[in-house]
Amino acid sequence: MMAASQSRRALVAAELRRFGTFMLRELKPKGSVLTPFNVISGAIMLVAAVLLTIRFARGLGAITNLSQDYPWGFWIGFDVITGVAFAGGAYVLTFMVYILGQEKYHPIVRVTVLNGFLAYVFYAGALLLDLGRPWRVINPIIGNSFGVSSVLFLVAWHFMLYMMAEFVEFSPAVAEWLGWHRVRRFLAGLTLGAVIFGITLSLLHQSGLGALYLMARDKVHPLWYSEFIPILFLMSSIFAGLSMVIFEGTITHKVFRHRVGAALHASHDDIVVGLARIAAGTMFVYLFLQLLVFVHGQRWSYLGTGLGAWYLLEMVGLVALPAALFIQGYRGRDLRVIRTAAVLTLLGIVLNRLNVSVIGFKWYAPVRYVPTWMEIEVTLAVIAAELWVFRWVVNRMPVLGTAVGLVREEPSREARAGVLAA
Amino acid sequence: MDRRDLLKTMGAAAGTALVSGGLRAEQPGAEAAEPVAILVDTTKCIGCRTCEWACADAHKDAGLEFPEDVDFSVERTTSDKQWTVVNRYETEKGIIYAKKQCMHCLQPACAAACLTRAMHKTPAGPVAWNEDRCMGCRFCMVSCPFDMPKFEYHSAVPRIQKCVMCTERLAEGKNPACVENCPAGALTFGRRSELLEQARERIYAEPEKYVHQVYGEDEVGGTGWLYLASVPFGQLGFRTDLGTTPFPAYTREFLYAVPVVLTVVPPLLLAPSRASRARAAAQTEGHDEEGNA
Repeated sequence: MMAASQSRRALVAAELRRFGTFMLRELKPKGSVLTPFNVISGAIMLVAAVLLTIRFARGLGAITNLSQDYPWGFWIGFDVITGVAFAGGAYVLTFMVYILGQEKYHPIVRVTVLNGFLAYVFYAGALLLDLGRPWRVINPIIGNSFGVSSVLFLVAWHFMLYMMAEFVEFSPAVAEWLGWHRVRRFLAGLTLGAVIFGITLSLLHQSGLGALYLMARDKVHPLWYSEFIPILFLMSSIFAGLSMVIFEGTITHKVFRHRVGAALHASHDDIVVGLARIAAGTMFVYLFLQLLVFVHGQRWSYLGTGLGAWYLLEMVGLVALPAALFIQGYRGRDLRVIRTAAVLTLLGIVLNRLNVSVIGFKWYAPVRYVPTWMEIEVTLAVIAAELWVFRWVVNRMPVLGTAVGLVREEPSREARAGVLAA
Repeated sequence: MDRRDLLKTMGAAAGTALVSGGLRAEQPGAEAAEPVAILVDTTKCIGCRTCEWACADAHKDAGLEFPEDVDFSVERTTSDKQWTVVNRYETEKGIIYAKKQCMHCLQPACAAACLTRAMHKTPAGPVAWNEDRCMGCRFCMVSCPFDMPKFEYHSAVPRIQKCVMCTERLAEGKNPACVENCPAGALTFGRRSELLEQARERIYAEPEKYVHQVYGEDEVGGTGWLYLASVPFGQLGFRTDLGTTPFPAYTREFLYAVPVVLTVVPPLLLAPSRASRARAAAQTEGHDEEGNA
């Protein structure tokens, strides 16, 4: 009896020690540290750390151009509102794979969910930098002050729940990395539930970000305000997310070539072409909705103005044109055209979200808001930090490969059997 | 397996439905039976700015200041240091002064926007702000049709600043500081319904003098500050395009859709996912049979 418990204790200790050395090894950077990317992004993050110290010591006004007229600026308009639209790829792809059963797209689900998860953590997390009293952020969650009549209450809750859902969706990859096969099987069993929950939450908070502006109806320029703004935000998040998947995929495949599994490598072009087709389809639906809103809102009179030209640039140059390019690229299987279309589409989304939240917001104000270099610097630092974490994860966990290309050097026989079974 | 998935999904849906349960656009008790209000007769205002001084004096603790010299040629707005300002307007009937501050809407957009209920409509009528709850998101500023909530951008512990209709003085049975100190008798404090009667009486008594409208009676569903004027309100810097719909109503449909989506969408997603899995299973079986044959 004693001997058995002692040996068990020794076993646990040995296992813990093994886990410890494994974690220590994994935490170290792989590859050379002083690359140009690391130096530049590291410098950006250091500068941002200084700026944020000033911001938290002396208030938002110390480093931002936010004003009484412009309570929300670049950090909300770009980091949060645009960033969340870009992260829409995760709910769209999980819908296609787990709900519609389009197995063709399975190889990119993990990397897309990881991207979505990190985007929420970092870009929605950047919200904390913008909050005047961030230490109170738990108030609407712990329940001492539920503002249930607020659209922002809903968005905040959904951000949080969706982050959890995406983590559950990604968690099997973490379990594989750690070699926890029984845990992995349990977590994989949660995937479908998390996917369904996640899609539902996404429908609501993607549109909810648009609904934030429903009470700002007299402040947003009439070319961008309409009561259909939640639906327009939701529709555009679909092709925004897909374009981001195409764009990120292109870069990821160059940078992490050694990590790409055989399955993904073989089908990558097919996947991109398929995504281009879906993106084009949703973009035409979106354009049709925009046309309806345009007619319904009697917006002709604004077209002659400067902002009218700006609106046409967004709708024609950065939605209709890339939609046509997506079709051309899809028909001719031309990946370069598709990538161009994806980049144009992303620019169009940036423009659209900023037009609603910053450029077209209080277009009548005598003093317009323009972000300081410091606001943009901090945004770049947030992106850099996200890329660092993304790289760390991709270099260690089975993200780009399929479940079979496991990372651990010497998996036990039992583990190998478990993986193959999965 | 399928039933377990179903149960999980339903559980998740029920959970979120609970979380979002009772979503509604209006604040409970938003329209108190008899809210208090203040009537401004701009024809009586002499532009002495005593109300600005009285306001700053009564709320020194909130960090308010009274600027001694101001340039009347520029239209000023309230700020994080001033809850009320008096502006001078050149109108068709000469110079007219108008005092501006938070309008204390009957159904305030700021309170509907607040996700922590820091900004809230008190049962008596004033819209007040609770420092302990506010997270500083500034959504109230985005939503307010009158742009009244102001934020302390140069503070590490910023507050939202706006007129609270002297809630603390009201509790002591006193009038708001501005009303108490107005030397011209331009401000009247009382029950909103009574003030509306009074406003109409003044219009009927001197129909030539006043425009036949009480600003705030219907605007954005009614406000706690009511204005009389001798010229159309657009000439006194008031927004006349805000409509009479209470602002929280603009988000009502969206908020009503939330529990519906949360309960209806998950089962709708589960059905095709089961169908596609069944299809995939049938395909593999088919392959097996071909292989065997």
